[in-house]
Amino acid sequence: MRRNKAAIFGLAIMAIFLGLAIFAPVIAPYSPDEISSAGASPPSWQHLFGTDDLGRDVLSRSLYGARISLSVGAVAVVIALLLGTLAGAVAGYYGGWVDGSIMRAVDVMFAFPSIFLILAIQAMLTPNIYNVMFVIGLTSWMGVARLVRGEFLRIRQLQYVEAARAIGCGDLRIIFRHMLPNAQGPIIVAATLGMAGAILTESALSFLGMGVQPPMSSWGNMLMDSQAYMRDAPWMSIIPGLLIMVTVLSLYFIGEGVRETLSPKERHAGS
Amino acid sequence: MRKFVLNRLLQIIPLLLGISLLSFLVTRLAPGDPTALFIDPNIDPLELARVRANWGLDQPIFIQYLVWLKNALLLDFGRSYTTGLPVITEIGERLPMTLLLMISSFILTLLITIPVGVISAVKKNSWFDNLFTFISFAGMAIPTFWLGLMLMLVFSVKLHWLPAVGNLALPLITMTIGSLAGLTRYQRGAMLEVLNQEYIRVARAKGLPERVVIFKHALRNALLPTITILGLSLPDLFGGAFVIETIFAWPGMGRLGVQAIFQRNYPTIMGIVMLSAILIIVGNLLADIAYAIVDPRIRYEKK
Repeated sequence: MRRNKAAIFGLAIMAIFLGLAIFAPVIAPYSPDEISSAGASPPSWQHLFGTDDLGRDVLSRSLYGARISLSVGAVAVVIALLLGTLAGAVAGYYGGWVDGSIMRAVDVMFAFPSIFLILAIQAMLTPNIYNVMFVIGLTSWMGVARLVRGEFLRIRQLQYVEAARAIGCGDLRIIFRHMLPNAQGPIIVAATLGMAGAILTESALSFLGMGVQPPMSSWGNMLMDSQAYMRDAPWMSIIPGLLIMVTVLSLYFIGEGVRETLSPKERHAGS
Repeated sequence: MRKFVLNRLLQIIPLLLGISLLSFLVTRLAPGDPTALFIDPNIDPLELARVRANWGLDQPIFIQYLVWLKNALLLDFGRSYTTGLPVITEIGERLPMTLLLMISSFILTLLITIPVGVISAVKKNSWFDNLFTFISFAGMAIPTFWLGLMLMLVFSVKLHWLPAVGNLALPLITMTIGSLAGLTRYQRGAMLEVLNQEYIRVARAKGLPERVVIFKHALRNALLPTITILGLSLPDLFGGAFVIETIFAWPGMGRLGVQAIFQRNYPTIMGIVMLSAILIIVGNLLADIAYAIVDPRIRYEKK
């Protein structure tokens, strides 16, 4: 029960952040690129979160940054879910050599430090927001694939699948209409955790200068800008980091809440 | 047991081939030519062709891969485009620093995780448990590099306790907090599950002291999932090293790797990818073997 409160708290925070991101142009007191003070000034009533080295309002940039960071996270996780679900479903349903080769591909991808692979691909492409979404999605589907495969291996043995086959359903129909809906619980959990992971990856990538490019603001590249001004303008690095942390924490809480609702057993054994 | 280990060793070969092929393709299929970054564009075209031939860039990509593979089997990963030194020498110079960071973080993580996980499980819902639950979640949600920046801000910039670069303490703390969080949760979960088992009740019923029940009977079994998670978290540990070493200017392999990526220094990138992959795979293998030693059931399962 305690954990569900956390999940509701997480949902509330995400809803607020989403609202702030969507209505950023209405809420933001300044334009994100507008130079509204001379150099970095600390938080004040004019600038609640202070201004950055160029005199741009950190609150406004954070609001616009939320749009970028949240949409990169969401799109990347959708790509990862599509790829992972497809790979896992095919592997788990057909088994045999199909399963073997897909799972070996998963092993190969898993043996890379993913940030390194992403950096290498990004260095080759022009680092822009679409490539960031795409590359993060392409390098984070393996966990979902393993999960869905496991679920499919379990579901495949259930009687209703046999029944569906007996009345002459095709493979595709069995996979998508009969089996996938029954595997959706763990997929939802993986989606929330995956989005949290994608937001963290985006921030690390943009921080290293290989992600979302200026003048577009994302929480990660705001942190990159802040690095040289830690002594004189610490608010520049504190605020975007806190925003990332709160977002990721909310997503974790939502994921844990869903997981717990799905498996009552864990509620007793777990915590 | 011997068959199990042998079997696992054989599986490594296709895995390494796959990894090398994938990373080779990723680095070579990029638009643009690495020579553009290192050579004066006004150079005589004939001279450029000679350099390209020297680096093997005039060959079809598949041939380039086979040549690379042949040399790699003899531990020759080519020469760095930027320094001209053999890649293996360059990595060899940096690797000890990375290992120093990773191994000390690994040990520190275990030293904290196991007792914290056990106490959290035994004293479930106590203030201690709640505190560490909160810390774990926060630890998982903090971007590692930001944690590094904040530690630097507090301990170097404000308090002047530690130098921002060239000191082991800050990168070590950053890396440890990063890997600690998730692992502590797993350790606690595993311990809770074991404590609910029948044999623990039996052990208690026959009057064994609680200390013996917890440390002798429960902990040994609760360590199993931790071993697996430790193996699985190795890629993250390496990934963390790339970012952490860059922030703290730590002269290790991770920082070398990030620089190589920015400079499109293919031979160095490939060398580092392969070396990390090998270390990750060997780590996982050791975890599997440790698991099989502790839990005989694993050995007899098919596959």
